[in-house]
Amino acid sequence: MFKITSDEIELGDVIRAVEAGDAGAIVHFLGVVRNNTEGREVSYLEYESYPPMAEKKMAEIAQEIHEKWGLDRVAMIHRVGRLEIGEVSVAVAVASPHRKEAFEACHYAMNRLKQIVPIWKREVWVDGEEEWVKPDPVFFQPKA
Amino acid sequence: MKVKVKYFAVLHEELDRDEEEMDLPEGATVRVILDRLEAEWPEIAEYYDVMQTSVNWEYATPDSELSDGDEVAFIPPVTGGQDV
Repeated sequence: MFKITSDEIELGDVIRAVEAGDAGAIVHFLGVVRNNTEGREVSYLEYESYPPMAEKKMAEIAQEIHEKWGLDRVAMIHRVGRLEIGEVSVAVAVASPHRKEAFEACHYAMNRLKQIVPIWKREVWVDGEEEWVKPDPVFFQPKA
Repeated sequence: MKVKVKYFAVLHEELDRDEEEMDLPEGATVRVILDRLEAEWPEIAEYYDVMQTSVNWEYATPDSELSDGDEVAFIPPVTGGQDV
């Protein structure tokens, strides 16, 4: 499952997408809207995406995981639109015969998602100002 | 030839549109589109260092040559790594 959605993310759907008879471990990650950014109080967030490219890049990340760990059961879903504090913005799940690979691959999937999947976040602060979030230079490698 | 051009995040806001169709000469590259956008909104040049380009959902460069029917997008930096 590789999906951009405007609906609430249901963790059960993400888990079910990776369940398999030979899975001894399912690791999942949830990204949640936090109430502050470096101490500045957040009112809500708005996410925007380029869905066809985003879903294609998610599938490429799953292919990378297949090549690195031999795992084939990966799910990624990211929500767009207005999200309130505490709501889930992104979910990743990986199933594996053993836990070590599942933890590693889940961490890898989330890092890669931030690098190559076209999704943007705008923070709207309680003081009324708003801004598109600046990238962390560690995660962003300009190509042009 | 005609290509579809899509704008996101800060570009969407500054250009006040999220997509448009452009008529380009045969053999045009992504740079031809950037030149037109720069004529309309010179500040776009400030984003060149951090902005990426895609053609048909694959990362590309300003030198990428375009074909009729291509979908081009300008991608400001994706969400940062600091939030989770």
